[in-house]
Amino acid sequence: MKTICFYFQIHQPFRLKRYRFFDIGNDHYYYDDFQNEEIIRRIAERCYLPANKAIMEMIKTSGGKFKVAFSISGMALEQMEIYTPEVIDSFKELAATGNVEFLSETYAHSLSSLGDPAEFKHQVEKQEDKIKSLFGVKPKVFRNTELIYSDEISEMVYSMGYKGMLTEGAKHILGWKSPNYVYSSCTEPKLKLLLKNDRFSEDLSDRFSNYSWNEYPLTADKYMSWIAATPDSEQIINLFMNYEVLGSLHPAETGIFEFFKALPRFAAEKGISFSTPSEVLALMKPVDCISVPFPMSWVDEERDCSSWLGNVLQQEAFRKLNEIGERVRLSQTRRIRQDWYYLQSSDHFYYMSTKHIGAGFSPYDNPYDAFNNYMNVLSDFIVRVNAEFPETIENEELNSLLTTIKNQGEEIEDLQKELDKYKKKAAKKTAE
Amino acid sequence: MKALMFGWEFPPHILGGLGTASFGLTRGMAMQPDMDITFCIPKPWGDEDQSFLKIIGMCNVPIVWRDVQMDYVRERLSKYMDPQKYYDLRDHIYADFSYRHVNDLGCMEFSGRYPDNLLEEINNYSIVAGVVARTEQYDIIHAHDWLTYPAGIHAKNVSGKPLVIHVHATDYDRSRGNVNPDVYAIEKNGMDNADHIITVSNLTRQTVIEKYHQDPAKVTTVHNAVEPLSQEILSIQDKKGVKDKVITFLGRITMQKGPEYFVEAAAKVLAKAPYARFVMAGSGDMMDQMIRLAAARNISDRFHFTGFMKGKQVYEVLKASDVYVMPSVSEPFGISPLEAMQCGVPSIISKQSGCAEILDYAVKVDYWDIEALADAMYAIITYPAMHQFLQEEGKKEVDNIKWEYAGQKVRNIYDQVLNK
Repeated sequence: MKTICFYFQIHQPFRLKRYRFFDIGNDHYYYDDFQNEEIIRRIAERCYLPANKAIMEMIKTSGGKFKVAFSISGMALEQMEIYTPEVIDSFKELAATGNVEFLSETYAHSLSSLGDPAEFKHQVEKQEDKIKSLFGVKPKVFRNTELIYSDEISEMVYSMGYKGMLTEGAKHILGWKSPNYVYSSCTEPKLKLLLKNDRFSEDLSDRFSNYSWNEYPLTADKYMSWIAATPDSEQIINLFMNYEVLGSLHPAETGIFEFFKALPRFAAEKGISFSTPSEVLALMKPVDCISVPFPMSWVDEERDCSSWLGNVLQQEAFRKLNEIGERVRLSQTRRIRQDWYYLQSSDHFYYMSTKHIGAGFSPYDNPYDAFNNYMNVLSDFIVRVNAEFPETIENEELNSLLTTIKNQGEEIEDLQKELDKYKKKAAKKTAE
Repeated sequence: MKALMFGWEFPPHILGGLGTASFGLTRGMAMQPDMDITFCIPKPWGDEDQSFLKIIGMCNVPIVWRDVQMDYVRERLSKYMDPQKYYDLRDHIYADFSYRHVNDLGCMEFSGRYPDNLLEEINNYSIVAGVVARTEQYDIIHAHDWLTYPAGIHAKNVSGKPLVIHVHATDYDRSRGNVNPDVYAIEKNGMDNADHIITVSNLTRQTVIEKYHQDPAKVTTVHNAVEPLSQEILSIQDKKGVKDKVITFLGRITMQKGPEYFVEAAAKVLAKAPYARFVMAGSGDMMDQMIRLAAARNISDRFHFTGFMKGKQVYEVLKASDVYVMPSVSEPFGISPLEAMQCGVPSIISKQSGCAEILDYAVKVDYWDIEALADAMYAIITYPAMHQFLQEEGKKEVDNIKWEYAGQKVRNIYDQVLNK
């Protein structure tokens, strides 16, 4: 029996305001609140809320047979908490049905897996805490930013205790192989992989409302018959996409919601079920391992990371960001830690891409503008981080000093307690 | 003495140094009691200072006869000039231009900038100049920069009065030697027809003599000067938010200005002095390339681009700077280091810039000598004595470079030409 595994990515970055050279050292607030609020409210209204409602309805009408997985970045969750708490509530309701799985990822939707392993680990832990505190479950399956994956990343993910991970079914990796099976990592054979089915995913994400597509209009009936027509041995169809496919990339008037609502009925007719990633991974065994020496992702024709780290500007910004990572993690100042997450979102690097000028959303006029603005902000941030501790002390030395201070603090506390105890005793004695 | 001047820019709406120089020079000349200047520009905005000269906007000069009422002309043009002037000019239309595109007043439109169809605009300017030249009374014609040379020649042919051209730049400066033949032809033609040529530096004078084959006796250098700073500008505060030393490049980011040498030198300075910060203020066709270069040198967190700066913003950047650098590959004059020194900012300039001829208290290096450039930057930000010396002496020096003197020299040239 075939099963469909739906997964939706939800992420919104904290976009930066226009930050000039003269602001460096004078202004430590970096975000364009107006734009961020406007965008998250608009997307919530057009996509998150109606889509959650639709999924809830699908779960109910299908008698609990419809299942999906979400990966919501910490950045998106924070903005929802500030601007649209009703979206969080509706995700909580979905979580309560038990038919929805939340995946783990990096808190900032960052590229740390490509440059800063310590930060990567830290952010995954932070994301786990966030999901646990909001939805009461600990995520069991991992999904990296924009499905970025490589052998090296699989090792890091496995070492953090994950047994399954979602990634792209890139043609240059799979070759003749089909993405409709469970695979495993070559370097960590115990880490199972679910690979995105490009064709079926993009039928929905890219082509659904395209008039010039020869299959337009796509109906649930037709779509399910395509999936049913795949070879019998191919048991799992992974449909991974951005949640904004529902209502934002394809507005409600294209019929996307009705299309989705009709899916469970036609799936049942064809004997196709729905599963969450955890269920699939528990049931199925990997058929083969795949080797990915260079990172891949789910964007562009190349399916690589060149949209974020392709040109010298992006590489420079990423390098400067990673250089101060260790320092930032030593700091206890809350605002510094918060800015640190916000500045790491992959979107900031995407805006600097020279690959698709004019295409793709960017709040900036051009990539160079994006770079200048980001570097001005980063320069101010670096000044603040360096002001925390003297620059002359090496990170290692600083770390040991901080540990010593912390230990001594604890020791003093212990001794103080002991002293109090003896004082009391002495007081008792004299009273006697 | 009445002079008819042709120019392209006039403050406050300027695009480059030409406007600043035109303003300073005319103001300096207007201090001579018998000097009377009429200045033509393509498109006035109406807020130009006309207290010491008279401005004629070429976009307000009719070339096709239109029967319009005084009231209407007053309504349309009184912001720019005396409405009666319109009728005087209309009486001197010299040919039938009704095939050209004109507006309801019979005037042509000008962008007043440097558009893509610049050659067409230059030609239009020259057509209109014919009307002005027939209307005005004057003793001498003075054309600023190559854009107005055709107009100057036209006026000379019409009136028979002597033509003085003022070379603020040549195409050899702008193109690092690969001249545009169209531009060269206009420049050469202007110089050949001029009765006298004024250059803004000896460097430019050499170019004019060698590359444009002019008689040295016909070419005289009159160095530019600077206007004293107004109280408003002097009182601008340093808004710099960091304690680091700031080294500034300010100007168009184009081949002529040598921006890449600044970036390369910055990388060298930062290797020794991590407390330095660099600002590249301005815009231009090499900006994106420079952003990439700074990123490739791994200095982007200390190298900032501000984009185009205008008016007061320029002085805000200067006030926040510790060193000003102008590594121009070929600079006919270069007023901006003088402005920096007025603000008390020590300057490093290339030996290939005209202002190097008159400045003693600025550091001079070859534009290509990145090592020397880096060395000079490092010295000024590291040794307070050097900074202070250049700051004080430099300010004294520029305060004595006045447009009044430059104006006197131009007047001497006028007299000499007229008495020939």
